[in-house]
Amino acid sequence: MQVLMELFLTFAKIGLFTIGGGYAMIPLITQEITRRNWLTLEGVIDIIAISEMTPGPFAINSATFIGVQQMGLVGGAAATLGVIAPSFIIVVLVARYFARVKDHPVVQSILSGLRPAVIGLIASSAFMIVQNALFPDATGNWLQGINWRSIAVFAIALLAIMKLKIHPALMIIISAALGVLFFLWL
Amino acid sequence: MDTKTIRNSLKLFTVFFRIGVFTFGGGYAMIPYIQREIVDKNKWIESEEIIDIFAIVQSVPGVIAVNSSTFVGYRVAGLAGAVAATLGVVLPSYIIIAVIAIFLYNFKDYPFVNEAFRGIQAGVAALMCHAVYRLGKSSVKNAYGLVLALAAFLALTVFGASAILVLLTAGVLGLVAMAVRSIKTRDKKGR
Repeated sequence: MQVLMELFLTFAKIGLFTIGGGYAMIPLITQEITRRNWLTLEGVIDIIAISEMTPGPFAINSATFIGVQQMGLVGGAAATLGVIAPSFIIVVLVARYFARVKDHPVVQSILSGLRPAVIGLIASSAFMIVQNALFPDATGNWLQGINWRSIAVFAIALLAIMKLKIHPALMIIISAALGVLFFLWL
Repeated sequence: MDTKTIRNSLKLFTVFFRIGVFTFGGGYAMIPYIQREIVDKNKWIESEEIIDIFAIVQSVPGVIAVNSSTFVGYRVAGLAGAVAATLGVVLPSYIIIAVIAIFLYNFKDYPFVNEAFRGIQAGVAALMCHAVYRLGKSSVKNAYGLVLALAAFLALTVFGASAILVLLTAGVLGLVAMAVRSIKTRDKKGR
């Protein structure tokens, strides 16, 4: 019971101090879990790799992984619920308040500035994903780093979404299959 | 709880469970799914509000993917909706990671996992490009918006600025633009 509490509280703390998402919080997580000897630094790097290859964010994945290793499925649940609890409470409060203020002229003017900026942020994330997917080995000379198989998958996927409007989930499954097929045939 | 809330919450859970299964590549990568399931298919929320939600959830603690699920769930079906959407989006990765932690710690060494993942990355890249194009059409409406979007993109991509700093600046710029507009209209009325 004490370990469950500690898992929940430690990850609640990590969840509370995770602002900005993504890899910004890797140092915080690393510090908290290596200090408690839950995992070595190599273990943390493994979780980062696993997070890259599975759906779901690193923060959640590390909570689940460490929780399960410490105390099985119940431990995993305690740590995972811990990491999402603080933001859940905050987001619900903000969502409730937002409904009341969203038509106020001041809020609308702030949002009119935020909307294009968010498009810029999403575009930036898209750019990094494209770069990482299509030019994984790019160091200086981009042409040398091009992954032609990935470019082919990218082109097929883009065409399928724009022309055939297929579901994003189906697209992911097809992309995975294409990745394996191209590896076998090309 | 009325039956409509329960029905919507159950639907939110299944929709966000699916989103949780297929969200590779971070919080923004779920936008194409939200667009498809929440905006186009169920018409729970408008396209423009999705952008507002992503702006807001980044400014509070937590993971973008989970926060936006909580927010969308709350907007659709209140507290029950928020719980349903949040658990739905987290459960797939909980199951996957638990299996990896118990049975196949070194799953990244398995043959084909790498190749399948290469393919998935390229597919996600295509999804993201399409999402930027679609959302840009609905949220960037004039030259001012285009300049702001470009500036935000460059600040992050080229100068490595923090997303929160970019959002704060954009919010202030929005306020300034409103103040300038209201001064202009007052001047016109004054004459």
